[in-house]
Amino acid sequence: MSNEIDITLEINGAQYPLRVEARRTLADTLREECGLTGTNSGCEHGVCGSCTVLIDDEPVRACLMFAVQAQGRQLRTVEGLAQADGQLHPLQQAFIDHHALQCGFCTPGFLMLAVSALERNPQIGDDELREVLSSNLCRCTGYQNILKAVRAAAEHMRAPAAKPA
Amino acid sequence: MNAPTPPPKKRWIGQSVTRLEDLPLVTGRGRYAAAVSFPHQLYMRVVRSNYAHGRIVAIDATAARAAPGCVAVWTGVDVAHIPPIEFRPTKVQGLEPYRQHVLAQGVVRYVGEPVAVVFARDAYQAEDIADLVEVEIEPLPVIMSALETPGEFAPGLPSEPTIVRKEFGDLRAAFHDAHAVLELELKIGRHSGVPMETRGAIARYDALRDVLELHGATKRPHPNRDMIARLLGRSPSSVHCYECHIGGGFGVRGELYPEDILVCAAALTLGRPVKWIEDRRENLMACNHSREQIHRVRAAIDADGRVLGFDDEFFHDQGAYVRTHGTRVADGTASTLLGPYLVPAFRAVGHYRLTNKTPAATYRSPGRFESTFVHERVMDAIAAKLGLDPVEVRRRNLIPHAQMPYQRPMTGLGSPVVLDSGDYAAHLDKVLARVGWDELRAKVTRRREAGEAVGLGLAYFLEKSGQGPLEGVRLTVDASGAVELVTAAASLGQGVETSLAQICADGLGVDYRTVRVIHGRTDVIDYGFGANAARVTIMVGSATHIAALKLREKALAIAAEDFLEATPDMLDIIDGRITRTDRADAPTVTLAQIAQALAPAKAAAKGRAPGLTTEGVFECTQSAFPFGAHVAVVNIDRATGGVCVERYLASFDIGVAINPMLVKGQIAGSMVQGLGGALFEEFIYDADGQPLAVTFADYMLPTMSVVPDLEILLTEDAPSPLNPLGIKGGGESAITAVGAVIAAAIDDALATPGAVRQLPVTPQRLRTLLKAGIALPA
Amino acid sequence: MKPGQFTYHAPRTVEEAVALLGEHGGSDGRIIAGGQSLVPTMALRLAQPAHLVDINGVAGLDRIEVIDGELVIGACVRHSAFERVVVDGPLGVLLKQVVHHIAHYPIRTRGTFCGSIAHADPASEWCLLTATLGARLRARSVRGERLLTEPGFFEGMMATALAPDELLLETRLPLLSADTRAGFNEFNRRPGDFAIAMALAVYRLQDGVIVEPRLGVGAVEAQPRRITAAEALLDGQPPTPQLFAEAAALAAQAVEPLDQNAETADYKRDVVRAVVARALAGAEGSHE
Repeated sequence: MSNEIDITLEINGAQYPLRVEARRTLADTLREECGLTGTNSGCEHGVCGSCTVLIDDEPVRACLMFAVQAQGRQLRTVEGLAQADGQLHPLQQAFIDHHALQCGFCTPGFLMLAVSALERNPQIGDDELREVLSSNLCRCTGYQNILKAVRAAAEHMRAPAAKPA
Repeated sequence: MNAPTPPPKKRWIGQSVTRLEDLPLVTGRGRYAAAVSFPHQLYMRVVRSNYAHGRIVAIDATAARAAPGCVAVWTGVDVAHIPPIEFRPTKVQGLEPYRQHVLAQGVVRYVGEPVAVVFARDAYQAEDIADLVEVEIEPLPVIMSALETPGEFAPGLPSEPTIVRKEFGDLRAAFHDAHAVLELELKIGRHSGVPMETRGAIARYDALRDVLELHGATKRPHPNRDMIARLLGRSPSSVHCYECHIGGGFGVRGELYPEDILVCAAALTLGRPVKWIEDRRENLMACNHSREQIHRVRAAIDADGRVLGFDDEFFHDQGAYVRTHGTRVADGTASTLLGPYLVPAFRAVGHYRLTNKTPAATYRSPGRFESTFVHERVMDAIAAKLGLDPVEVRRRNLIPHAQMPYQRPMTGLGSPVVLDSGDYAAHLDKVLARVGWDELRAKVTRRREAGEAVGLGLAYFLEKSGQGPLEGVRLTVDASGAVELVTAAASLGQGVETSLAQICADGLGVDYRTVRVIHGRTDVIDYGFGANAARVTIMVGSATHIAALKLREKALAIAAEDFLEATPDMLDIIDGRITRTDRADAPTVTLAQIAQALAPAKAAAKGRAPGLTTEGVFECTQSAFPFGAHVAVVNIDRATGGVCVERYLASFDIGVAINPMLVKGQIAGSMVQGLGGALFEEFIYDADGQPLAVTFADYMLPTMSVVPDLEILLTEDAPSPLNPLGIKGGGESAITAVGAVIAAAIDDALATPGAVRQLPVTPQRLRTLLKAGIALPA
Repeated sequence: MKPGQFTYHAPRTVEEAVALLGEHGGSDGRIIAGGQSLVPTMALRLAQPAHLVDINGVAGLDRIEVIDGELVIGACVRHSAFERVVVDGPLGVLLKQVVHHIAHYPIRTRGTFCGSIAHADPASEWCLLTATLGARLRARSVRGERLLTEPGFFEGMMATALAPDELLLETRLPLLSADTRAGFNEFNRRPGDFAIAMALAVYRLQDGVIVEPRLGVGAVEAQPRRITAAEALLDGQPPTPQLFAEAAALAAQAVEPLDQNAETADYKRDVVRAVVARALAGAEGSHE
């Protein structure tokens, strides 16, 4: 390819040296070149939010960035949410517990969106939470369980780590 | 002969257990079609018509073929030998000439119709190459409305291939004797399923086995396999369909489309795997559309508001071709127009008309979102005409419980229409009580009198679930005790594995988490009829239940004979361990040990068939009919026509809920889709047939911010007598009545009965209603 | 929906960026900052620039500073920067109020204020704000630097006074005096969508009457603009609901909305009337 550029992406703490065309979107690069197929592509024009990833802890639509633009940044995708030993992030567990997913296609995007919202403001109020979660589209769940799950996870994450005996 | 074993206790059925499906999906290990890749695969990109109707003058692929990375370009001539895509068996005659070829053969009939395909090693490159294909089309006149006088689909073929007719009773007498006759013209806008995942298909030819594989198939793997085999001249057993994770179906994914056949043909011809992933723009203009109908309905009523005769002429906008459903949506509309109501005389005349739009087919609750809008608008019109309470009108027309099961003297989709169970009036009472109807009604009226444009509406609906003819499963416990349930079910993301595991677990006596459910594959089970019409839990679930009971009996018999000094009626299986029910300290034996005892050599030695395995088949040709009612409060911004849904209650009687949490999930999701159809979603075309809603900027899906907090009333008062568990299907549950209830609530907010006659009620349409001199409260 | 091929440039300085634009500007080359508007058009292949000049790595373009009574907003300042108050006084409050209407948070973390200005979408909130308050815009090309002004900057739908090879370095908004009242209102189908109509009302009260009114309307015409007839009506009058209603009606008459399939000109006038009245009411209520 005439236009290929060598870049290294840092994703979930790991380095991915790649050679990609400039036009290759971050979403496609994550999926194809990096093998991280958790991030889904629902519209490729920046509306549905299925491709939401975190770049330096801020939510970004990976279909609206070129991979070459993500060099030197810290990327986080859904694959990096659970611990190395498999323990789920409270949001992931909450999504399961509250039936916040059906087909699961929009789920990684919602998880990353919610992670960033809760990390940015652990005390986030309900109105603001709804506003943020309204960024992404879901076609299966009707949204109410997603809201419940994020609220539950927020509570869990706010609770002190050690409980008195 | 042993005494029959007692029915197992319900440990899992009825429990809102968490899903087996979820772990991979929340950890980013979902494997949707786009994640399926094979070495040396080619990407297919479709070149589509830019004209709604035209004659293909020439296709110049010279530049495309010469472009770097281009492996092949096909046009219509290259696939002319492939027969057009079939529709399901039907009694309707004369539809064959209206089928779609996998690539246009000389004529294009909708914007988005596949005209050519290119194959390249990379998806980006494939798109570059596709852009180089020059298609010259001579435009022809377009038909953009089903109300227009039908024209020509092709020489000698009218654009109205057939008219669906249903009739019973003495309509003439009904209208003659009527106290009053109401007439309504109602329109439902064109919209559709639009799942979050676009379509995808990956085909591979395995030369080692002489098997053609199609990955990404779903919904109806076996019938699809059979059609692919026929169209490409292969034996059905040499075609295998594999399901991936599926990003939503809603009726539109999993029917066979041109692209599915093309990837298969290409894999065979080009000798390499071929991958096609649809983009969103393609999806909005090439994946099945639905819903668009215009109804001219007349109702003859008596002085008490009972419907004596119901006469509907409707115009079904099928789009450019007859797709895989034939006329089923129009037929389904006609056969459900009466909903849950008792009507002695009826006629439906459905004009099934082709237009130059994307072809249409089923979308969740097909024909019933439409027919429910119609019958509920009629009920509201009766109330307005006679000055009656709309709730009372429903009461007077609902089929009385004493008449259940109730047979309508007509067929729907070829089967008799027999409403199996339900006390519709009692359910209405429950809904009214739950929502505090009288007080709510008074409160809304007070608010409106104080100046707010706020309104309350109610809609009653009958749903239809389950579709035969049958399903079979194979259930096996292996030597380690692991349980495997092989089904022909297809997952669309609805939680089919979990529900089936729960049914299996209760029947067999194991933990549901130890049950592995296989679905969506044609190579491990021979037959199946797919996941549509909310049939999986009913059909596959019933077959699973039957198989589980059979396997339980088999295991108990062997336990009794070989291991435990007991007769089967003294035994139970709990968590995979067979124990005596009468003694706490007796020895036990596990299902694993039973399976080991049935290892081939040991089994043969005792004259037994090998393996702890059995099959279960459930046959049923009748549908089960769930039902419910919706209540909505809306608040209108008069200045802009914006609608805010303040409150919403959806009820649903599902007979028996295997997993209430999953059923409520279906209700919540389908309700929001209904809201989309009521207020937001529409495929609009301009006068030349150019589609105007081809991105998510223009095709508006509901977001969280426009969805009210949904109250759900799930009841289990009317189990179905048609299957051993009493279940009805919940897959299509709450979409059905949303259009109707929103219309009713808006009418109330406008204090103008019958104002809403068209969906979706966009702000602009609502402003038009407001401005058209319609009386507003002071 | 994959973009066409392009050559990618990532300059580190303004000089480099400008030189690249000089070489490739025009239909051949485009600047990418946030990309939230550009990349979708590239995905749909409505735009197929042969060169993309990425200014995200250019030093010094992310400043927000008050200089000589103006708020200076650098080329790479993201929308999300305004989710906190960036300057004391009514301007900071207004920017924070308006920003929540721009798409959704994940778009705002990338999209830029100046990118919106240069893109000149009729439904851009920042363009309406700039057109209503007036602004000075600093741009540079190989021919040197110049200061443009609005009014005079927006020239039509997606069209500005910028030359094809010119880089918009910063937008300078006038600070608003402490007694300025400002109100913004827009109407859309769903929160976060492009507005069907939007209005920004700004004025002060002096001896109980409105002075220095500014009333901008956006999204309905090819570009946002101040509705001078409505401003004239408001000027010198006490701020009553009846006055606001009259001004709103006048504004609705004054605009010539683009007629589209989804929303007709007539309907848009209705919405203009609503958002203008609400923006005025919001302005009146904005002052503590």
